[in-house]
Amino acid sequence: MARFTLALLAGAALAAGTLAVAQDMMAPEVARDARQGHMKAFGEALRTLGGMAQGQVAYDAAAAREAADALLANAASPDWAVMWPQGSAQGEIADSAALPAIWENMADFQAKHQALVDAATAMQAAAGTDLASLQAALGPVGASCAGCHQVYRAPQG
Amino acid sequence: MRRLLGAAALALLGAAAAWALTAPDPLPAAQASLAGDAARGATLFAAAGCASCHAAEGAAPSDAPVLSGGRAFVTAFGTFRAPNISPSPQGIGDWSDAEVMNAVMRGVGREGQHLYPALPYTSYVKAEPQDVADIVAFLRTLPPSDAANVPNDVGFPFSIRRALGAWKLLFLRDEWVLQGDLDPQVERGRYLAEAMVHCAQCHTPRNALGGLRTDAWLSGAPNPSGEGRIPGIDPGSLDWTAADIATYLATGFTPDFDVAGGTMAEVIANSTSRLPAEDRAAIAAYVKAVPAVGGG
Repeated sequence: MARFTLALLAGAALAAGTLAVAQDMMAPEVARDARQGHMKAFGEALRTLGGMAQGQVAYDAAAAREAADALLANAASPDWAVMWPQGSAQGEIADSAALPAIWENMADFQAKHQALVDAATAMQAAAGTDLASLQAALGPVGASCAGCHQVYRAPQG
Repeated sequence: MRRLLGAAALALLGAAAAWALTAPDPLPAAQASLAGDAARGATLFAAAGCASCHAAEGAAPSDAPVLSGGRAFVTAFGTFRAPNISPSPQGIGDWSDAEVMNAVMRGVGREGQHLYPALPYTSYVKAEPQDVADIVAFLRTLPPSDAANVPNDVGFPFSIRRALGAWKLLFLRDEWVLQGDLDPQVERGRYLAEAMVHCAQCHTPRNALGGLRTDAWLSGAPNPSGEGRIPGIDPGSLDWTAADIATYLATGFTPDFDVAGGTMAEVIANSTSRLPAEDRAAIAAYVKAVPAVGGG
């Protein structure tokens, strides 16, 4: 029940985010820091989920559920609607790996974000069930990350 | 103009002397006529990574990709265009198996001309001919595309294909880079990494002539088609464990649970994630076994 409520909340947050076109964008540097904070939080949630999926840590349903909740909350955060302002691409501000292609293909970028929300929603339903369900849900999450990084993030390293 | 004529005359003389040496060198008939097994070829096709270059730009990874070509590779020597290699008249539909095998393993085109090493035949030359025959059989099962080929844009002197014969004398070698007494897993990894997955084509720096520097194997290189660098993955450059590497090749997750982007995301999606887990473990073992070059 708690999970259902959370999913509803996350959905509502996302809907609010999508509708918030008139909402004020963050300043570019603030947006960059917010993005990096969210990416880091993804990494932390995925460390738990991925560690279990890969057998590095023993499967723990409660911990998996908690990480999946965090993953979804993060993916569906209302920040997504306001943390991609014009003028925050690589080359426009320091330490940004966001490629200008984001702003040239905003509809596609948003579709890729939606893919992440969908994958995180499926993960939230699966993570606490059993290890096999978690493992099956992890692939689409990784694929949604990669789908966006591939076209919209500058190469790392 | 006189200097140009002089150079041309010299080039002609040199070419005459080198003519025999630079002739295209096709496979022995017995190898080129091997019958392929398409079912076996599916996994080998993934290992060889054909789709990462020959599928259309932005095409979704697939079990049955449309290898329509067209993708541009901008290099110091010119812009190369991946050709259509789907089973259609515009692709390789009319080619014999031997013709495809000679292109892949020897860099010899259908008219007997040298192909540019943008096609990584310097890796595939090390492959088992039977494996390549199986890949060719699999290629023929993929969806056809009628996309027309886009010509390469290669300037003089690299536009003289015959000169590639000399290049091949220097750089087309079928001996392994990692030598020595290897355990079976590393040996399997060497086969996959050096002959099939062709990691070195991006991860190893090239000399002025575009040959791979075997003394700096897998130590990272400028991105051949774009900005930034391709990271080094030799043990001196990369401190991941073999298990980290194998996981990354399966899922794209780094040990920090970042997710690969760029070209490597395509390699993972089209190639390494489609291999059996023991093959990824073998590649990882090989990557840990090559000499450390990078200074960490």
